[in-house]
Amino acid sequence: MLDIRELSKSFGGVKATDNVSLDFADGSLTAVIGPNGAGKSTFFNLITGALRPDSGEVMLDGVDLAGKSPPEIVRHGIGRAFQVASIFPSLTVQETMLAAVCADQRRSTVLHRRFPLVETRDRAEHAMELLGLANKRHRTAATLSHGDQKLLDIALALVLDPKVLLLDEPTAGMGTEERWRMIDKVRELWETQKITVVFIEHDMDIVFKIAPRIVVLCYGRILATGTPDAIRRNDAVIEAYLGTEDHAEAVT
Amino acid sequence: MTELQADRASETLTTPRIETRSFRSRYRDILIALVAFAVLAALPFFFGSKALLDFVIRCSAFGLFATSLNLLVGYTGMISFGHGMFFGLGAYGFGLLMQRTGVPIPVAFVATLAITAVFAAIIGAICVRLKEIYFAFVTLAFQMLIHSTILTWASLTGGDQGLRGGIPRPVFFGIDLANHVHLYITSCALLVLGLLLMRQIAQSPFGYTLRMIRDNARRASFIGIDVWRAKLTIFVLAALFASTGGMVMALFVSGAYPEFAYWTISGEGIFINMLGGVTTFLGPMVGTVLLLILNDTVTRYTEYHGIVLGVVILFFAIGLRKGLMDYVLEWYAQRRDGPGERG
Repeated sequence: MLDIRELSKSFGGVKATDNVSLDFADGSLTAVIGPNGAGKSTFFNLITGALRPDSGEVMLDGVDLAGKSPPEIVRHGIGRAFQVASIFPSLTVQETMLAAVCADQRRSTVLHRRFPLVETRDRAEHAMELLGLANKRHRTAATLSHGDQKLLDIALALVLDPKVLLLDEPTAGMGTEERWRMIDKVRELWETQKITVVFIEHDMDIVFKIAPRIVVLCYGRILATGTPDAIRRNDAVIEAYLGTEDHAEAVT
Repeated sequence: MTELQADRASETLTTPRIETRSFRSRYRDILIALVAFAVLAALPFFFGSKALLDFVIRCSAFGLFATSLNLLVGYTGMISFGHGMFFGLGAYGFGLLMQRTGVPIPVAFVATLAITAVFAAIIGAICVRLKEIYFAFVTLAFQMLIHSTILTWASLTGGDQGLRGGIPRPVFFGIDLANHVHLYITSCALLVLGLLLMRQIAQSPFGYTLRMIRDNARRASFIGIDVWRAKLTIFVLAALFASTGGMVMALFVSGAYPEFAYWTISGEGIFINMLGGVTTFLGPMVGTVLLLILNDTVTRYTEYHGIVLGVVILFFAIGLRKGLMDYVLEWYAQRRDGPGERG
């Protein structure tokens, strides 16, 4: 279980994450929503070690990960994908996957063998199959379409066999049709891989249709958490966010 | 949509290919290395010219140095302006050990590598955390520090005169480095072995870790790679090969001079890499041969050889925007794939 306790982070005087406590049960699927600047990405950055929290705990299965470095946190089982696909442009899809598995196996400093290693292949293969990238394995990442780059970014997190997968706007920059394809993929991964998935999403239709549980952030605080129905009826949420949904969508 | 479908159609045919490739490629590399060594070793029997053998020895020294620099520049994206300090360290370390202690050559060789590793680990620990331009500056600063230490510590290093009086070369394993052909064969062996080892590094899982750091260090850390440690490791490894190049040079000139540790050596290393190209493993080797030929021919005709070299580097940097081997590789890829398929 991922258990966030009283997590806080300020930049100057601005509280980007303000005393946030949340828990994510094993195998749960949670959407994080909130207006621009609500602190969604900061929240992810604090959990994954990109930023050091001012105070609070990030407990994963009883181990406090707050303040640890990104490599350490990844090795404890929290993988993430980025809002802007964060990939290795000059490597092919297959090389990317193999190298990532090597990192997970603590083989990234192996000098005496050739790449790829036999034991590494099956896992890389599996991840490519899962994300539908197997037939593009010899393409360099830079030549992939935007959608495939996002998939590769997710594959990079998934191939490490994480317990928790954090997806920062998996559908960012996509057209409507592509969005739905992507979110179906996320749902499929969540169902088949039995991992905890937390994703940030702007599209309300997607969030309400797909996520069993929704967290609403606003000015770094938790405004509400609950099922889609409960969130839809929550007065504070309607006032702060849903009431201006059209406006919010136009902005993003 | 249509783009997606087109991708699928064109790529389904090429799926299970890479599986066996890497295993064969290792033996292919060894085979190429053996053939290259055989050709180089046979050279003295066909051409009696001492100048040619000298040329190859210098290529060995600078080739090892420049290729090791490419492990930093091309593979890891660390632009070091001070890599030449390890070339100088190798030359001076080896020369001093031979002159002062009289140990056998293999012992001095290994001891020099050990000294270089210690220096590189200390300097690297300070430098590799720094971002691009600061990394370049601070490596350059260390280069200047080592150079001025060599100049001022005259009682040990001979100051601006360098290590004079020749480097003793006792016979070991039947190899007599005072014999020109023996020296030549040994240089070639060190070159080929060094290149083979560096090739192995580049193609190992660690080599791909380096490429990931070059492409996107932030992402690399988020898949669990300790970026700082990987950078330090390659910094030390590259220093060892540069040091080997310096030792070949010291044996060749039978001495060591402050120029070997001056920043211009680092500059030449960068120049060679731009000339040959950093996207192929052998680019720096090709660049080395080109630079030495250029140097030798231009200095014969004009005293303004600096201007000529400057024009050449401008041509490659601004005109082609890539090195010679990058150019060859692109041309080859286009020919193989047919026109218009890659783009």
